[in-house]
Amino acid sequence: MPNEPAVPLLNVQIDGVWHQFPKGTRVIEACEQVGIFVPRYCYHKKLSSPGNCRMCLIEMGFPRLGPDRKPELGADGKPIINWMPRPQICCAQDVAEGMAVRTDSPLVKECQRGVLEFLLINHPLDCPICDQAGECPLQEFSVDYGNSQSRFLENKVKKPKAVQLGPRVTLDDERCILCSRCIRFCQEIAHDDVLGFVDRGSHTVLTAHPGRSLDNNYSLNTVDICPVGALTSTDFRFKMRVWFLKETKSICTSCATGCNTVIGTREDVIYRQTPRENDHVNSSWMCDFGRLNYKYLEAPDRLLEPQIRSEGRLVPADWPTAIGQAALQLKQFAGSEIAIVASGRMTNEELWLTTQLANSLGVKRIDIVPRRGKADHILLSKDRNPNTNGARLILGSSSAPGAKLLSIASAVRSGAIKALVILKENAMHLGLSVEELGQMPALIVMNTLPNEATQNATVVLPACGFAEKRGSMVNGKGRLQRLNRAVRPPGNARDDWEILRDLLQATGGGNSLHSIEEVFRRISETVPQFGGLSLSKIGDAGVHILQIEELPPTQPQDQKAIEEAIEIQTRRRAVHEQVHEARARVGASSIEREAAPPR
Amino acid sequence: MTITVPRPKLNWRERLYLPAIASGLAITLKHFKNMLFGRTKVTMQYPEQKWDSHLPDYYRGAPALVRDSGGRVRCVACQLCEFICPPRAIKIIPGEIPPSDRFAKVEKFPQEFDIDMIRCIYCGMCEEVCPEQAIFLRKDYAITGFTRADMVHHKEKLLEIGGVMHGVVLKWNEKK
Amino acid sequence: MNFFFIITSLIKIAIVLGVILFMVSYAVYAERRVSAFIQDRVGPNRVGPAGLLQPLADMFKLLLKEDFTPRTTNTFYYWLAPCLAVMPAIITIAVVPFGSTLFGIPMVIADVNVGIFFVFAISSLGVYGIVIGGWASNSKYPFLGGIRSSAQMLSYELSLGLAVIPVFLLVGSLRLTSVVQYQIEHGWFIAPFIGDWMNPWKWLLTIPMIISFLVFMIAIFAETNRLPFDLPEAEQELAGGYNTEYSSMKFALYFLGEYAAMITGAAVVVTLFFGGWHFPGIPDGSHGWIFGLINIAVFLAKVAVVIFLFMWVRWTLPRFRWDQLMRLGWLFFFEIALVNIFLVAGILAYMTP
Ligand code: SF4
Ligand code: SF4
Ligand code: SF4
Ligand code: SF4
Ligand code: FES
Repeated sequence: MPNEPAVPLLNVQIDGVWHQFPKGTRVIEACEQVGIFVPRYCYHKKLSSPGNCRMCLIEMGFPRLGPDRKPELGADGKPIINWMPRPQICCAQDVAEGMAVRTDSPLVKECQRGVLEFLLINHPLDCPICDQAGECPLQEFSVDYGNSQSRFLENKVKKPKAVQLGPRVTLDDERCILCSRCIRFCQEIAHDDVLGFVDRGSHTVLTAHPGRSLDNNYSLNTVDICPVGALTSTDFRFKMRVWFLKETKSICTSCATGCNTVIGTREDVIYRQTPRENDHVNSSWMCDFGRLNYKYLEAPDRLLEPQIRSEGRLVPADWPTAIGQAALQLKQFAGSEIAIVASGRMTNEELWLTTQLANSLGVKRIDIVPRRGKADHILLSKDRNPNTNGARLILGSSSAPGAKLLSIASAVRSGAIKALVILKENAMHLGLSVEELGQMPALIVMNTLPNEATQNATVVLPACGFAEKRGSMVNGKGRLQRLNRAVRPPGNARDDWEILRDLLQATGGGNSLHSIEEVFRRISETVPQFGGLSLSKIGDAGVHILQIEELPPTQPQDQKAIEEAIEIQTRRRAVHEQVHEARARVGASSIEREAAPPR
Repeated sequence: MTITVPRPKLNWRERLYLPAIASGLAITLKHFKNMLFGRTKVTMQYPEQKWDSHLPDYYRGAPALVRDSGGRVRCVACQLCEFICPPRAIKIIPGEIPPSDRFAKVEKFPQEFDIDMIRCIYCGMCEEVCPEQAIFLRKDYAITGFTRADMVHHKEKLLEIGGVMHGVVLKWNEKK
Repeated sequence: MNFFFIITSLIKIAIVLGVILFMVSYAVYAERRVSAFIQDRVGPNRVGPAGLLQPLADMFKLLLKEDFTPRTTNTFYYWLAPCLAVMPAIITIAVVPFGSTLFGIPMVIADVNVGIFFVFAISSLGVYGIVIGGWASNSKYPFLGGIRSSAQMLSYELSLGLAVIPVFLLVGSLRLTSVVQYQIEHGWFIAPFIGDWMNPWKWLLTIPMIISFLVFMIAIFAETNRLPFDLPEAEQELAGGYNTEYSSMKFALYFLGEYAAMITGAAVVVTLFFGGWHFPGIPDGSHGWIFGLINIAVFLAKVAVVIFLFMWVRWTLPRFRWDQLMRLGWLFFFEIALVNIFLVAGILAYMTP
């Protein structure tokens, strides 16, 4: 980062080569930066370093000082090193001026072999049934640095197996190598100090404090960082071997944080979601709520076929029929008689196509449903819609999300609105009764799962869940990130953007868009904040397109809260208008102020 | 490059072809005769004659799951064979052994273990890779069925073919 | 008398027809076994003892197959052609004496005085089955097969006819029973010297008679579309030729026709050159019904040997090229047969009986 304070650079010799590192760099990191990997178990760069596994032992030394307290120089003009007689751990040590380390000396190799032998003494060696096998550093380092034969003749220590540490985490104490990563994570990241070691020597076991359980919303991160198969996810345990999993980089869509993830799938079945490191978003973590929030994609009642209402019943139809029917129904009405309820869970591309659809039909009433929960000040944010910011930018609405919902609802009641398009939302959020929905002349619903609205719909369009499609979203902090397709949609469900594109074409608006890249290009041409970007330029880590200090305001879901929120919004809009005028006078147009309206 | 192969010049006897025809007839007649009197060795009459007794020890027939002398199904559903199998003939759904079981320590067992014998190429990779000595290629080779589904050997069938294997490492003993 | 004649004729027809069909099916079986043996294989040996019920299985298979008529065919002719192919081959057998007499009844269905003409006239109708089938299939391979077949049959019919003229020059009658009778008295035409060892004329006569036999035999090969003259079928070139578009029973009829033609051909050869039902030392049916039966058996045995010859040749020789076939027919056999007639005529003119 450019504006970081200048840190003095220190000279360090690693394996005989001199390098420079800024002050404060861990030796283990310094080695890694120059491409030398030092094996480690307890060290994790996002956690403190207790230095208790001893796997990272190296040789360390300092320049020999002459009588003048200056380093004595050798024949090559470099300082002569005084090597310490005993090996040192490199994970808890910062680099120092003139420091020298050896990572591949015979002593180091001997140490590594020895440490591994100790670690494996009581280790059950049951890799065939261990979930970690395939991504286990104990396995890998044993091959890389360890002995191929065991010399241990005594009986192994027996420890508890399959311990339920919490609702989502199962512990196998025999496999634990006592690295304490999980304990430190709970203390330092989750701020929930529940784990600890009890007993001594080879009988030491990891356990939860009496009366406590590892039930915080970040418990599954301990499974990720546990270097061995001791901590396992109860959900994923024994389901699938990791080497079968196809890994797709994506993002979590369960809240506005948008944690970066890797989705592990095999043959179109999602087996797990794990966090992907991104220091701008989620560090190396994600919450359990988001991590496990993919099961609905495999719900038995997923919408699989397009359906149209015929003689009072929903009957399956093919796509052209369903789209044609939807377009026909919409074209019967004037734009003022139609309302569109979109979702903050839709991608930018889908939202943009929604606006195009609204424009082509002349629809003015369009809004998204806000969704709010409790923030935990770690990762989980109040706003549970992953793309509120994207919706705000693309729909171009000046009001807060959800502000128009009440007026739409009352217009439906009064009969002013005759056609309702519900995209990826539950129409019940509008506060309308099932009967009122059932009387709509046209209720076009696009969703993944059925709800009251789909049951009363005139046309049902089955769409994709987050892991089944591509697209982009803007998270709560204004970072544009990408979704990727990990599995194919089930049945006849289709990509949301394709459905919207077809609907757009069938209603007579818009010309052909053949790929999602093209849709994004059109967004980047029309919405200034997206200017100059393309789907591929977003990259795996995302791009910041907004500077938002605070997460945008959101509203709870229930009807009363919406009403309250709408009231507040109405007041806000008055203030907002003033700001708008003021800004028009200054000529500034900055999204920051819009994103954080004055209270 | 064209190579011109000259036609051989034939003399009048050859051009008559009759000697050639006659010798041809003689050859075929000889074969006929030898067959008729059983003097020619022909292919083995398979279903009636079998070479089961001559099968070498290293013969690779149908892969099968074995039990050890204690009657335990040795497979622990590690899915390594599923991974290594070149034609992807193996499909395993692992299950968890209930804690009340005598072998609860083994934790995993194959809930379903299917080998599609239409796909299997009898390569023996599964036997090679198995860390538990649980899958072996036996001497069965006459694998037939009326439908594709018939040709999938489920766990029961595999265990039936496999039977009990003596002399394998008993890894999951009390000390373990 | 007339009534008696009709009854016996009908019985004979029924029996002969049955025997022919039986022989056809076993000829197919024999062909498969013979070819297998020649090629050091085992051949069909699964159905029944030594595979003897194989023809039955084949029959059921062919009957149960889907009888498919392609949409582009000329349906009437397409259906007619297989019947045309099988009929002539079976009708021809009517004039061939397959035994002496049984209970005083002559063992020939129709002892026509123009027997050999009847044979040629009817058997050459067989080509219609093939030509029409090839044409009606409305498909290029069958069409080519049909064309080849007509040209080939026309060419070889000539040699066929000319080759037998020496026989009738000697016999002086076109009646096939007379041919057999003549051979009983004067020795088989393939070896006219038998029984008259001292007569040098008979020895001289052997040469043209053997030529006659060879030409006739080869022409019969061509007429029955057997390898080396199976150009109309030529699996490798024409994918089966005229019968490509046929399936099920219609295909079976073609098959039947081909083998029936082969059997008839063999019967004619036996009658003309191998003394028919006669075997030296075995008296005819007038000496007791048992001899009548033995005569029939002798005839069938001779036919079987000739059929074996057919098969043996088929599994030995490769197929001719089309131009070679035509050249051979027109520029060689035709002339040979012609010259042969004069040779025999010359010998006859000077021969002292
Ligand atoms: S923790 Fe690693 S070494 Fe231990 S059993 Fe599991 S995979 Fe094997
Ligand atoms: S359970 Fe895993 S992370 Fe925790 S101390 Fe043991 S090995 Fe380390
Ligand atoms: S023998 Fe080879 S192909 Fe067959 S199941 Fe085993 S690994 Fe797969
Ligand atoms: S490799 Fe062996 S133990 Fe593992 S799943 Fe296959 S048979 Fe079972
Ligand atoms: S990584 Fe350094 S002591 Fe564990």
